[in-house]
Amino acid sequence: MDMKANKKKLGLKEKYAHMTRGLGWDTTYQPMDKVFPQAAFEGIKIHDWEKWEDPFRLTMDAYWKYQAEKERKLYAVLDAFAQNNGHLGITDARYLNAVKLFLTGISPLEYVAHRGFAAAGRNFPGVGPRVACLMQSIDEIRHAQTQIHALSNYNKFYEGFHAGAAHQIERVWYLSVPKSFFDDAFSAGPFEWMIAIGFSFEYVLTNLLFVPFMSGAAYNGDMATVTFGFSAQSDEARHMTLGLECIKFMLEQDPDNLPIVQKWIDKWAWRGIRVLTLVGMMMDYMLPKRVMSWKEAWEIYFEQNGGALFNDLAKYGIKVPDCITQCTVDKEHISHQAWATFYQYAHASAFHTWLPNDEEMDWLSAKYPNTFDKYYRPRFTQWREMADKGERFYNNTLPMLCQVCQIPMVFTEPDDPTKICYRESEYQGEKYHTCSDGCKHIFDDEPEKYIQAWLPVHQIYQGNCWPEGTDPTVEGFDPLLKVLEWYHLENGKDNLDYEGSGDQANFAAWRGAATQNT
Amino acid sequence: MSTVFIAFQTNEDTRPIVESILADNPHAVLDEQPAMVKINAEGKLVIKRESIEERIGRDFDLQELQINLITLSGNIDEDDDQFTLAWKN
Repeated sequence: MDMKANKKKLGLKEKYAHMTRGLGWDTTYQPMDKVFPQAAFEGIKIHDWEKWEDPFRLTMDAYWKYQAEKERKLYAVLDAFAQNNGHLGITDARYLNAVKLFLTGISPLEYVAHRGFAAAGRNFPGVGPRVACLMQSIDEIRHAQTQIHALSNYNKFYEGFHAGAAHQIERVWYLSVPKSFFDDAFSAGPFEWMIAIGFSFEYVLTNLLFVPFMSGAAYNGDMATVTFGFSAQSDEARHMTLGLECIKFMLEQDPDNLPIVQKWIDKWAWRGIRVLTLVGMMMDYMLPKRVMSWKEAWEIYFEQNGGALFNDLAKYGIKVPDCITQCTVDKEHISHQAWATFYQYAHASAFHTWLPNDEEMDWLSAKYPNTFDKYYRPRFTQWREMADKGERFYNNTLPMLCQVCQIPMVFTEPDDPTKICYRESEYQGEKYHTCSDGCKHIFDDEPEKYIQAWLPVHQIYQGNCWPEGTDPTVEGFDPLLKVLEWYHLENGKDNLDYEGSGDQANFAAWRGAATQNT
Repeated sequence: MSTVFIAFQTNEDTRPIVESILADNPHAVLDEQPAMVKINAEGKLVIKRESIEERIGRDFDLQELQINLITLSGNIDEDDDQFTLAWKN
């Protein structure tokens, strides 16, 4: 008869203690503060790294086991998707423009997150956060690679996927928005990085990015995106927890940490919310079948969930960020303002745009009863009339960009949605412009950092955004066409309206071919 | 009181998990969305290993939850027998 072995040798807590904390030691050849030179300069005081709590208590053996299972599930679906012409199952090829925005704007951030968490793990003297950062770093490169892999299937059939996740992020004007967000975080110290990415981005904002995006993908028949999205998202719960534990740890370690942490929370909540404008636009305008409005998602995931979080942090003295007042106004405006901007600049964008049709405008009216009909429907209607007359409106003047968030100055005053919001600061005799009180505040706190911003519009005007060897003095020189060439964006194929695009024609033809024998 | 939540992919693995959670937390509310099932609860939510094992008929390690987890909200406390989400305010 078989002997039944004891079910478990070590409990979860003991196993975690032995296999993470138990592996660390203090250095002797060099003092610890020289080995971990970035641990102190930000002013955060840590007295006892042993107090760090990791509630998931994940050890590497369990990590590999579960990650391997996630990968097997993901690749089984990707194979099935490719084998069964899954791309023809989406609601409408318009939807793919949201995916293009994701691939060019979000996937590169996963890669930077991989580098950033590797660096944070290196720079923290404590064993607990070091192991958690290591796992997150590996998660993030998995996300970048699986996203690129999953979406490469669309590159076989549709325009705008060819430049992938690497080339455009360093060049295209609107992609400097997400890129500069991560550059800002990565060029800070390890503790600010944890607040920026681990807390604000992962805990407060990631639900607004991934959950509506992935449910939207599911609703629109995009099996590839749903699968990589949920596979990535299954790691996010661990990342969110790391961010929350990190902030509680800092606050519990020393009362002097509170004002520093509060400043970072205020900064990174606002920075993150500005970046999410792109997601708002995607939810309200780019999904042919909509899951919920940006405003509804904001209310569930930011106001309710973020509210619960800040209630919990109140015991440490943390206050809700000041920007919330403005966000409450903005939630009814930003998605419309962003889509209107991309419509005007569709000739310089690496995806297609369109005007909402009547049914979509009615949906927007219902979801935004206070703002859509009053401020935005007339604008879209006017543009539609112009397009019908063959005078499709393109804005050929490059917009001024905010020095901090790098979004064009398209947002309006909190108390007047008909007036563009401009703020101005002076530093060392130069004027700098920001889009809001939030961004101005961030600029004024660290002007020496933000004056270094690589602003795409400035760079275009300085002649830095053309292919090597371009001569702008030749007759008939068209600067925009040269910029597009430098972006690896094929004019007339990857940009302009969805109506009349190759994507539209091909999708109709292929879907027809899939259901008929002729 | 604040709401905690947990969301899973909708699939065969999570069906018994969701059933267990709803049985063990009578105050929890189910919210079914495309491809995703979200469970909201005031204050606290407890996931019990034994309840899941009763439904699936095999041993279950609570860390297996991670495979199909989408998101959650609340402070976590996990040991071998239960996984708790709570806001303590």
